[in-house]
Amino acid sequence: MAQKKKLKATIVSQKKIADQIYDLWLETKLAKNAHPGQFVAVYPHHESTLLPRPISICEVSEDRRRLRLVYRVAGKGTAEFATYGAGDTLELLGVLGNGFPIEKAKSKQVFLMGGGIGIPPMLELAKRLDCQKRILLGYRDNDLFLQEDLARYGDVYVATEDGSAGTKGNVMDIINAHGLTADVIMACGPMPMLRAIKKYAGEKGIEAYISLEERMACGVGACLGCVCKTTNVDSHSHVHNARICTDGPVFEAREVDI
Amino acid sequence: MNTQVTIAGVTFQNPVMTASGTFGSGMEYSDFVDLNKLGAVVTKGVANVPWEGNPTPRVAEVYGGMLNAIGLQNPGIDVFVKRDIPFLQKYDTRIIVNVCGKTVEDYLEVVERLGDQPVDMLEINVSCPNVKEGAIAFGQKPESLYDITSQIKKKAKQPVIMKLSPNVTDIGEMSRAAEAAGADALSMINTITGMKIDIHRRKFVLANKTGGMSGPAIKPVAVRMVYQAAQAVKIPIIGMGGISNAEDAIEFLLAGASAVAVGAMNFVNPYTTVEVIEGIEQYMKRYGIETVTDLIGAVE
Repeated sequence: MAQKKKLKATIVSQKKIADQIYDLWLETKLAKNAHPGQFVAVYPHHESTLLPRPISICEVSEDRRRLRLVYRVAGKGTAEFATYGAGDTLELLGVLGNGFPIEKAKSKQVFLMGGGIGIPPMLELAKRLDCQKRILLGYRDNDLFLQEDLARYGDVYVATEDGSAGTKGNVMDIINAHGLTADVIMACGPMPMLRAIKKYAGEKGIEAYISLEERMACGVGACLGCVCKTTNVDSHSHVHNARICTDGPVFEAREVDI
Repeated sequence: MNTQVTIAGVTFQNPVMTASGTFGSGMEYSDFVDLNKLGAVVTKGVANVPWEGNPTPRVAEVYGGMLNAIGLQNPGIDVFVKRDIPFLQKYDTRIIVNVCGKTVEDYLEVVERLGDQPVDMLEINVSCPNVKEGAIAFGQKPESLYDITSQIKKKAKQPVIMKLSPNVTDIGEMSRAAEAAGADALSMINTITGMKIDIHRRKFVLANKTGGMSGPAIKPVAVRMVYQAAQAVKIPIIGMGGISNAEDAIEFLLAGASAVAVGAMNFVNPYTTVEVIEGIEQYMKRYGIETVTDLIGAVE
């Protein structure tokens, strides 16, 4: 894997694309080796906020010089990011984690499932996968984002919790409503969604690769802050814990006890 | 210019180390830092058997610092001896192994296992605030600290550093107890017990409810405690707590520390240790200081 680095990136553009959701393009050398499902850690400038914020990679530009991050304002750090515009700089640590295993999707029927702020990593993944893709997206309401970008790379199905767009319910309800099937699932979203996917994949006997998140500090596997429970004893930790930042964030659903 | 320091007969190429638990065993940071440049790598705490640690969330940011309640997750001494020590041996740096346990016997088992290992010093963690048994229970009463220190000293083949807790009333008294029991050196401070509450969810942010606070916000407390301990004992002190640059490190040296360790700031800026080493050299040049030991306890 490419060496991890901490370096400065220049903002190319930033715009708000939905309530609390921001679309940020950064010029950075880290784009060169970025893989879908990996993330970067972004540093707020304010000195009271020390730790970098882990944000998934949404898209890599064709020339591999720019990274697109689509994030939700969730606290002090991300609120600060939202104030910046073209020409401003941000420090990044990256690229971090292991991404989705693209080779597992080869000549398979694949569900790409994204819920809420778990949708962004599905975009670069959809671009890189050369197979039959169905893209299932779950939103709270009809304040949709990225669905048009995603529609260029596969068949998009939308669900909203309030029923204001697409299927009423969540991404699992899309599967039922449309009678869809798949050989492999790749997903990112809130924990209840990932639990439902793990259960569904288990029942159907199909592979599911899910991207987890947890409060992180170092982002490089040293602090052991962001662990998840594993089904078997983990080969690094020698206990039932894997590091989401380094061993993940993408895990085969059967490997983790969520 | 001489940046060497000697602690309990062990010479370090410079006084800058990593604080236990913030650097793994160096592997994860070798992408960023040339480990050969460090005075020492102090490893994450290791116990006699693997520990699962606490449930998540284990970390939270606070103003100017962070809370952690990892709970000393570690792979146990068997794996550590096979994997971590051989890794560190490849580098030209000193190896200090941090030892934790739930009972005195646990500590002694690890200390004995390390006896024939290529390890330069042992750091005994009697100050972790995040585990229910052991650890801090040995580090908050002078009698318990005296007892565990003297038992470890009987078995240890390497010099022993006792890592002290700031969560005590009188750090001077604790330092004297460790010294009287034969400790070769002290390190301080471990984290300060803290708490954070999510007011929107009305829940504790950490699964463990409390966590150890670290980061720049705790530095003045740490400097004060190092100073008080240095006044109380003759054994050397390794100072730590919120060091983010050379200026911070020099404060600790002036307060009486013989060496310093970078902790939480490794998570923020993985290059911190090397920047501190370079910054100390620049400071020495600027003030015409020949040997770094001239700075130790030099506050007037």
